[in-house]
Amino acid sequence: MTPRLTRRHMLGTAASGAALLTAPRLGRAQMDKVRAGFVYVGPIGDHGWTYRHDVGRLDLEAALGDKVETSFVENVAEGPDAERVIRQLATGNDIVFTTSFGFMNPTVRVARQFPNVKFEHCTGYQTAENVAVYNAKFHEGRAVIGTIAGHMSKSGIVGYIGSFPIPEVVMGINAFQLAMRKVRPDCEIRVVWVNSWYDPGKEADAARTLIDQGADMISQHTDSPAPLQVAEERGVHGFGQASDMAAFAPNAQLTAIIDNWGPHYIQRTQAVLDGTWATQNFWHGLKDGEVEIAPYNPNVPSNVIEAAEAVRLGIIDGTVHPFAGPIKNQAGEVVVAEGESLSDEDLLKMDWYVEGVQA
Amino acid sequence: MDPVTALLVTVVTAATPLLFAAVGELVVERSGVLNLGVEGMMLAGAVTGFAVTLTTGSGTIGIIAAAFAGAAMALVFGFLTLTLLANQVATGLALTIFGVGLSALVGSGFVGTPLPRLPRLDLPGLTDLPVVGPLLFGHDVLVYMAVLLTLAVAWFLARSRAGMILRAVGENHEAAHGLGYPVIRIRYFAVLFGGLSAGLGGAFLSLAYTPMWIEQMTAGRGWIALALVVFAAWRPLRVLVGAYLFGGVTILQLHAQGMGLFAVPSQVLSMLPYLATIVVLVVISVGPWKGRLQAPACLGRPFHPTH
Repeated sequence: MTPRLTRRHMLGTAASGAALLTAPRLGRAQMDKVRAGFVYVGPIGDHGWTYRHDVGRLDLEAALGDKVETSFVENVAEGPDAERVIRQLATGNDIVFTTSFGFMNPTVRVARQFPNVKFEHCTGYQTAENVAVYNAKFHEGRAVIGTIAGHMSKSGIVGYIGSFPIPEVVMGINAFQLAMRKVRPDCEIRVVWVNSWYDPGKEADAARTLIDQGADMISQHTDSPAPLQVAEERGVHGFGQASDMAAFAPNAQLTAIIDNWGPHYIQRTQAVLDGTWATQNFWHGLKDGEVEIAPYNPNVPSNVIEAAEAVRLGIIDGTVHPFAGPIKNQAGEVVVAEGESLSDEDLLKMDWYVEGVQA
Repeated sequence: MDPVTALLVTVVTAATPLLFAAVGELVVERSGVLNLGVEGMMLAGAVTGFAVTLTTGSGTIGIIAAAFAGAAMALVFGFLTLTLLANQVATGLALTIFGVGLSALVGSGFVGTPLPRLPRLDLPGLTDLPVVGPLLFGHDVLVYMAVLLTLAVAWFLARSRAGMILRAVGENHEAAHGLGYPVIRIRYFAVLFGGLSAGLGGAFLSLAYTPMWIEQMTAGRGWIALALVVFAAWRPLRVLVGAYLFGGVTILQLHAQGMGLFAVPSQVLSMLPYLATIVVLVVISVGPWKGRLQAPACLGRPFHPTH
């Protein structure tokens, strides 16, 4: 006889699940086991943003072993449904990570109703007693790849595929350009906005367009490997985004900026275990290993690797600041004087481009 | 390649998936059935084409499998709406959502796997010609299939007996039934053709346009195809023109941005296909063309032979 799923079975399973979710929890400072829930905006199979968050979740499981139990919900749209999903996860978990900007308001609302549950929201700015925020300094990685582009571009034109002109993307473009101009003062960046985080076909078309217009280096702030694939086909170079995309472009990908969320998830879940969790605003970068640079392609000359490593190590030990003056804006006016550098607050609301960016 | 040729070549590739999906849906709608599941059928075709090409190493088998996958999805739609008389709009929407989930499930093992692109036609002498060479003789086989399929559909609907019967079914299914034509069976064929064609559109995405599989890689092209059918006022040759026009607008706005021409914000240009569709809907509803250009009269209406 084959097992059959009847409606009664379904109801029974659902009821026992609900009972588990609402089981009372003992409130105490130190815990033996912590349950962590994750809310993802996209599919794990995006090979980019959500995929890297899920790698972080698996790192967490590997590091804390049987002291942690994780669960996740993927493909959660940034809308009314998000609040329902977050509330559902809050009933069964000690800490909930919500990993997209659009989850900010629902996270804060649900957090008010669950004062004993800790919430961590990725890329937002609203904190509360039990809500922390975290983000990564992706622009530090941009400074490293901008250095490589300055050395290796022949035409001096870099094609940059943008998603939306928000500060995070704008500061990435600027960091890239500033680092590149330190190497080669006449280069320019041409930005094409595709108005999407994820549309492989359109990203590929944007890459084709930029290469047709003379770009021989492609950088992207969108999530699919499609632009790199075009770069490979056309024999130009590019850089991976969020994860190592070398499989799609073995010759074209010079390196990639990798998001590494594992250390943050481990540290914060451990804090819940220890009873030391407190709200905070995290913005880590290369130094804390939250942003990593993928292995350099063998076709990057050793002197270029040296220059790139100098920037990377300089950012880590604090001697290099990606936004150190003098910085000129598009009109050529000095906006940051020599000896000064832009503060984190200024960066987080950046809405202007540096000299040589065409956007 | 000079910039203009490069631009035109890119337009051709951007138009091809739209053309496949739209010409299939056009046949479906001309038979009186509205299938909103184009996006889902394209995704089924994309993932199947990719998986089969990767495992068998043959692009041809992959393309055939993709067409069958699209048709299989269409068969589900046909069974629900034609045999069980379910609501076509709701079933079509469900088919899209189902296709998104199913393709993600089937494709989960293929994410992050690269695939060599479908080979391009390379005719010594011809492909090397300036401008015309890359434009006419430098594409992969699916690009030509899309155009030939559209021309074949145009001929079929306008000139063949079977095509006229199909149109009759779409215009007045009671009359067609009264004349003894098997309305449901004809609609099944049309729906299956729509699925097959959408599957080919999906295969073009995952085998030639961006040779990889990632979830939801169609990114709304199924919906643009639906708009395109309305834009073309249900005429195959206008679908051909419309697909190249829609593809052209997309590529042109990218080029305009790259050259720093910002006369029109890129968001407005992204809206153009849909704005154009609305304009066409208004024109054919109230304009001087009213009555001459209109949707098949039985579009979306279920048919139940009672006598």
